[in-house]
Amino acid sequence: MAENTVILDGTGVKRALTRIAHEVLEKNKGVEGLVLVGIRTGGVFLAQELGDRLNEIEGVEVPVGAVDITMYRDDIKGHHEHLPVGKTELPFSVEGKRVVLVDDVLFTGRTIRAAMDAIIDQGRPSCIQLAVLVDRGHRDLPIRADFVGRNVPTSRSENIMVAFDADNKPTEVILQK
Amino acid sequence: MGFRHKDIIALKDLNKEEIQLLLDTADSLSEINRRDIKKVPTLRGKTVINLFYEASTRTRTSFEIAAKRLSADAVNITASTSSVTKGETLSDTANNLLAMKPDIIVMRHSISGAHEYLAKRVSCSVINAGDGAHEHPSQGLLDMLTMRQKFGKLEGLKVAIVGDITHSRVARSDIYGLTTMGAHVFLAGPPTMMPIGIERLGNVTVCKDMREAVDQADVVMMLRIQLERQGKTLLPSMREYARYFGLNPAVLALAKKDAIVMHPGPINRGVELSSFVADCDQSHILKQVENGVAVRMAMLYHVCGGEPVE
Repeated sequence: MAENTVILDGTGVKRALTRIAHEVLEKNKGVEGLVLVGIRTGGVFLAQELGDRLNEIEGVEVPVGAVDITMYRDDIKGHHEHLPVGKTELPFSVEGKRVVLVDDVLFTGRTIRAAMDAIIDQGRPSCIQLAVLVDRGHRDLPIRADFVGRNVPTSRSENIMVAFDADNKPTEVILQK
Repeated sequence: MGFRHKDIIALKDLNKEEIQLLLDTADSLSEINRRDIKKVPTLRGKTVINLFYEASTRTRTSFEIAAKRLSADAVNITASTSSVTKGETLSDTANNLLAMKPDIIVMRHSISGAHEYLAKRVSCSVINAGDGAHEHPSQGLLDMLTMRQKFGKLEGLKVAIVGDITHSRVARSDIYGLTTMGAHVFLAGPPTMMPIGIERLGNVTVCKDMREAVDQADVVMMLRIQLERQGKTLLPSMREYARYFGLNPAVLALAKKDAIVMHPGPINRGVELSSFVADCDQSHILKQVENGVAVRMAMLYHVCGGEPVE
């Protein structure tokens, strides 16, 4: 029987996102040339939340896009069940932009690598930064997040799940043992 | 759900969920075709052989572009310039190609069932790019994708298919695919080109004349009269065919106001389609060609993860 521990409740998630929004503004000295790109599916909802926070603080709407990394995975080998392919929707050019890549959980780093490839295929951003709600460790690749909601040391057998409500608002972060 | 097939031979073999998955994937992949850099690394290192025993521009080019956009290596073999002209059998050709370790063979063949034969003999995936008068699954899928993009769904659509139904692999794939997805198909064509008992395929109605099929249709799918094959022997004249089974503005007016006109190409202008209809706003013929690349990308992607069906 799996044991669930709530790491962040709804208020905790909100606080973490507000803090990340401030950190993003501080690091980039405002929102000039800034775009948010969420990794499907959880990252997209979080990118939208982060965009709302930046709008609240700065009064400027930051463009939000979505990237699907299925076609960029490095584990497509013959004879396994493929994941459904989602849509990449970047309603703006990434050329010369400061891209903040947003995901819910940072684990091996392979998803982030794939997302960076997917973004660079669409143009040359001036920089890519990474914002994640939870960093659970166990990196396979040399990737580090610029903005982290919460660091959670985990074992490989454990699982981190970010829950969203019907309106795609993050409700809590759960550690499944 | 995943796609569990090693090969795609016929839409008859696929269930609703599998067709839905292929269409959804193609819909997502169509975004890649609108980028400046139209390439993703998905099938890097895979080899796709396009083995075409029949002439084709659209399908072969479309499969080749699809493979290349997924970063696979595509090799084209046309029968007229291969050892087939020296008398090599399909089985021997297949064995020789297999020795070069391809991952997917995309084949077009004039004989119905050639793909089934090939798929049983090779370990790599086989995709049917048209076999005789049997099926043309990629065309069926791209037709369905075009309809779904326009109407948002396939269920409940009235689709008229007009022309040489007997010899059309496109019609057969469309009928299987559309009826599986819940559309209603109305067929019209000269009695010499209408297979007996085709109604038994399911949600299919054979109409007395073309007007009855087109009346209140959402989609009017016109088939090409295959002049190089039986066209000449089954019809008194092209003029008569154009008069009774050609789509002109007057007949198209019977369909729904927002109905779309489709054709698998190449068009015989003035025979099955008047030039005015072929180029009008309701014509989605070039949209079909555009969707062809995305659909074929989806097929190549999914067979690479499929497994042999027991």
